[in-house]
Amino acid sequence: MPAYLIVEQLLNGLQFGVMLFLSAAGLTLIFGVMGLINLAHGSLYMIGAFAAAAVAGATGSFLLALAASLAAAAAAGVLVEVLVIRRLYDRDHLDQVLATFALILIFSEGTRWIFGSFPLFLDIPAALSGPVTLPGGIQYPLYRLTIIGVGLAIAAGLFLLIARTRIGIRIRAGEADRDMIAALGVDISKLYTLVFALGAALAGLSGALVGAIQSVQVGMGEPVLILAFVVIVIGGIGSIKGALVGSLLVGLTDTFGRILLPVLFGTFMDPAAATSVGAALASMSIYVLMAIVLVLRPTGLYGRA
Amino acid sequence: MKLKSIALAAAMAAIGFGAQAEGLKVGMITTLSGGGAGLGIDVRDGFMLAMKQAGRDDIEVVIEDDQRKPDVAVQLADKMIQSEKVDVLTGIIWSNLAMAVVPAATAQGKFYLSPNAGPSALAGKRCHPNYFNVAWQNDNLHEAAGAYAKEAGYKNSFILAPNYPAGKDALTGYKRTYGGGLAGEVYTKLGQTDYAAEIAQIRASGADSVFFFLPGGMGIAFLKQYADSGVDLPVVGPAFSFDQGILQAVGEAAMGVINTSQWNKDIDNAANKAFVDSFQAEYGRLPSLYASQGFDTANLLISASAKADVADQDAFRAALKAAEFDSVRGDFKFGPNNHPIQNIYVREVIKEGEVYTNKIIGTALTDHADAYAAECKM
Repeated sequence: MPAYLIVEQLLNGLQFGVMLFLSAAGLTLIFGVMGLINLAHGSLYMIGAFAAAAVAGATGSFLLALAASLAAAAAAGVLVEVLVIRRLYDRDHLDQVLATFALILIFSEGTRWIFGSFPLFLDIPAALSGPVTLPGGIQYPLYRLTIIGVGLAIAAGLFLLIARTRIGIRIRAGEADRDMIAALGVDISKLYTLVFALGAALAGLSGALVGAIQSVQVGMGEPVLILAFVVIVIGGIGSIKGALVGSLLVGLTDTFGRILLPVLFGTFMDPAAATSVGAALASMSIYVLMAIVLVLRPTGLYGRA
Repeated sequence: MKLKSIALAAAMAAIGFGAQAEGLKVGMITTLSGGGAGLGIDVRDGFMLAMKQAGRDDIEVVIEDDQRKPDVAVQLADKMIQSEKVDVLTGIIWSNLAMAVVPAATAQGKFYLSPNAGPSALAGKRCHPNYFNVAWQNDNLHEAAGAYAKEAGYKNSFILAPNYPAGKDALTGYKRTYGGGLAGEVYTKLGQTDYAAEIAQIRASGADSVFFFLPGGMGIAFLKQYADSGVDLPVVGPAFSFDQGILQAVGEAAMGVINTSQWNKDIDNAANKAFVDSFQAEYGRLPSLYASQGFDTANLLISASAKADVADQDAFRAALKAAEFDSVRGDFKFGPNNHPIQNIYVREVIKEGEVYTNKIIGTALTDHADAYAAECKM
């Protein structure tokens, strides 16, 4: 395998990981701070993509579309938190799973009701379309490089928010001891709504960014939700740093599994069987990774015991 | 009050009895929610349009949503056969659902008319006299794509499909007629939405053409990413990634792509012209190939029920097999295994005004039958 192909696949893995990080960050934040399992996180991702597609279709502006995805997902997040989620903090995880699963169904059918059953169109803005030539002669799509840049910038922004700001201090305090922070006079329910809206907005932004190179359709959030859960289990629940490292690990493992395993099996099997077996094992690779991490570190890479 | 409800019950019983005595009852199990609902909705709309045009109120259609889940489809089939007492089942989109429902339904003496799924097993060893496929055997459109690639002089194709039975049928079908060398053969995860790794492999492989079978959202994602990658090898595929329902979501990225289909809206015959116009008038959108398959399925059923009573199974079966209806595809007949013998066309994606659609540019295979007919003993 030539070196430039390996570099290109590294970039692909990195970009896939960064996309995962955007959805996993919100999920891990919500779980870490509020102890809530939010299965409807994928629906917020879908809402972001649909809002972006609708606004891009009406105005033709990709920046407005991104703004709309943030606003729509955050608004849906606040609505859901106030109406439903707020009643679930003291319940056990099973009740939370049941209620947020119901939310998935409601959001999916609601979206179908408004937008119909056929996929929507959302394209890359003209300024970012097409490939650029990187040093070494590698051709790589500019839009994917942009996603890597945006994702890393958001990761840096989140670190600063959590580590350096007053809200960040409260979020960390809320994670550590929610009764104590309430007793100290912090309005915990406002803080929860804020964190939930932040997580939802991140998911919505990720849906809009990814929707431009994938398909905007009902049910697009569920596969992402599963991957995001894998990421936060690997990274350690509640840790933003864990979500970043976990996302990149999953992105790279999945990408290299897909290209290397069929080649590996091809060295001792006939090609048709090798591609089939290799592909089957590649789709398991991230779960194998998760199992290995859990054996070595049961709380995840950066999780607290 | 009591009298009223007894009267009502009597009236309902009378209606129910009447329907069973002379009418024909059809159970449609199709995908109306979740991912892939667009396909089921098109089949249903095409089917119901034909019913409405025929004005046959003695045919009753019960429609249920299988949610694309085999277990749900099996439950619905049981319910329709045992408590609704349907005579004919139809509607299933996905091959894995068809494999779960069809053999059991035909074994219980019901007719099954497939408007879409055509798994190889049901065309070959497990064929059944009561099972009719009105669409195609799964391999057919891919065989046509292979035939086109051979004629276009492609010598080194990169081929990819999802890792599930219909994906394997697809690559098998393409290779059966293509005959050239392969630059690469890749199975992707079912439901995969990011194809950057595969596109990088295509770029590095030295291929002269790309064949892919990625239905629904997978195809949308692949085409958009392929167009953005700067790889500009010619692409060929079956109609499933270029049907009317998803072309608008792919947009510019699909322009000029060659795909193969047994139907298109510009096939020149009176039945097709009337179908395209009336479908647009009724639903406000262009029909897809799935809608055309639903429409043909209903018309086949209507033609058979005009000639024979479903209670007389042999006569009804013979009437179905004769396929004396005006197919929107033009010539249509069944082969020995009750699968279509038909032309498969080469289409190109074009833009008409603001709408992306297809036009026929040639015929890939003429009077094409499937490869499994010889294995069918009935």
